[in-house]
Amino acid sequence: MSVIRGRAWKFGDNISTDLIVPGRYFHLRSKPKELAEHAFEDINPNFARSVRRNDLVVAGENFGIGSSREHAALVFKILGVGAILAKSFARIFYRNAINLGLPVIMLDTSAIEDGDLLEVHLDEGVVIDVSKNLSLRFKPLPKFLLDILKAGGLIEYVIASKGVTAFHEV
Amino acid sequence: MGLTLAEKLLSLKTNREVRAGDIIVTRVDWVLAQDGTAPLAIRQFMRLKKDVLFNGHRVIFFIDHAAPSPRRELSNDHIFMRSFARKKGAILHDVGDGIIHQVFVERYVNPCDIVVGADSHTCTAGALCAFAAGFGSTDVAVAMAFGKLWLRVPESYEIVIDGRLPKGVFAKDLALHIAGKLGPGGATYMALEFKGDLIEHLSMDSRLTLTNMAVEVGAKTGIIELDDVTCRFLEERGRPPRYRDMKADEDASYARRLYVDANDLEPLIALPHRVDKVVPVSKVEGKQIHQAFIGTCTNGRLEDLRITASILRSRKVHRDVRLLVAPASREIYLKALREGIIDTIVRAGGVILPPGCGPCVGVHLGVLGDDEVCISTQNRNFQGRMGNPNSAIFLASPATVAASAIKGEVTDPREVLS
Repeated sequence: MSVIRGRAWKFGDNISTDLIVPGRYFHLRSKPKELAEHAFEDINPNFARSVRRNDLVVAGENFGIGSSREHAALVFKILGVGAILAKSFARIFYRNAINLGLPVIMLDTSAIEDGDLLEVHLDEGVVIDVSKNLSLRFKPLPKFLLDILKAGGLIEYVIASKGVTAFHEV
Repeated sequence: MGLTLAEKLLSLKTNREVRAGDIIVTRVDWVLAQDGTAPLAIRQFMRLKKDVLFNGHRVIFFIDHAAPSPRRELSNDHIFMRSFARKKGAILHDVGDGIIHQVFVERYVNPCDIVVGADSHTCTAGALCAFAAGFGSTDVAVAMAFGKLWLRVPESYEIVIDGRLPKGVFAKDLALHIAGKLGPGGATYMALEFKGDLIEHLSMDSRLTLTNMAVEVGAKTGIIELDDVTCRFLEERGRPPRYRDMKADEDASYARRLYVDANDLEPLIALPHRVDKVVPVSKVEGKQIHQAFIGTCTNGRLEDLRITASILRSRKVHRDVRLLVAPASREIYLKALREGIIDTIVRAGGVILPPGCGPCVGVHLGVLGDDEVCISTQNRNFQGRMGNPNSAIFLASPATVAASAIKGEVTDPREVLS
């Protein structure tokens, strides 16, 4: 997980969970693979069918605003998205992604363009835009969140550290 | 330095002084989920291989988003929820009981409780001085198992509101005004603490509208200090509060202070597709509408239905408009029936929907057609929210929506209020 290499899919500011997984597919929430086929359908109909393993979703401010539906993070996991890079995130989406083991990175994404080849170095806090020969730094995640990510998500983290995690101690 | 209300509530629960920025694990009092989020939460809970809930009397499921179910897939999700609740001893509110946040406030929450809800508008319960926030299904699954949650103690914004709401202006206009000032990410990760002379005089119904929309500016929660209005609300429901007094310290430190003079407000409306694109209703008067919706966790309460009926009395809904009204809970529905409100709405040409989320989530009961325009009392107007990306949603108060339903176009409610 520490180095993720893939192409950038660029999106704008304030991308809502309604745009990621529209409410009209509410009935597919218990069939997340089918739901994933509709990810971003209203703003980039090519996304779900063309996204490749480890590709990166790159956005502007406030990514994932709106509803708490964790399916909005889950569909990216299912489609094999390597990480989400944005200038900022809505807080519930941010937690949901980490809880599912999907890296979320806050940095200035202005220079990154759609289709750029990127390399994300999670531990070092660097994103390299290979296409532009650019190196972008970000503040690495706090250790607690990085541990959850590395375990593969919150459920895995809780199971793996049974008896010793904060959840059992308090 | 003193503590904010958010810091106080979290300190109280963790038995030590916690400060903004601390990452803590806290015990929680209530764990909530609805039919859009509970099935995933249950599946995640099952992966934990923990047989029992931390406390079945504290885990509550609500069937409100697709209620009654419009599709067999959702009917099966409901069966899954009911069967899990029965086996594990969780509480379940089925079709017709009402919206998660309203039923929770009417029947369960107590001041100073910590509430984890798999729904972004869980912050609504902050109006009763609880620390209530929205989370995803996995956080809720872990809370169902252990009764605990990790969180970062939020910084707070102090929102001071003085003055009185002028005629035709309501809590929803105030909430829209704040959304317009702060923007959709203006308070991300923050707790909004509402105070001031106006808040003290605001009814519980109106307070709930304010805290409900805290998440629309990105906030973790919105909180109102415990006072007589809160205590009376709880006592009327046979649930006397454990605490009678809880407020932020005078010298608490806030990340930002926003001052609003309510006297200066006028009826407001949010334009598609952003909650913060807020302008005076008068600026878009005359815009044709096809559907008008009064309800939701934002504005489906008795006070909202009363103002709706007062506008519709001896008037008719415009022939080219569908007016849909959904009481937020069974309790509200019954009270509205007794007061003759439902009679007035139906006579005027409105359609009563069952207590629940109605068309707000785009699943059923009023999905918009291509190029249609809806004016709604809900909290979100994102593109596609009501089931069709080729439609438009305007957000306004129940008075503005009712006035617009009569005229068939966006209308300033002051024109029809006597």
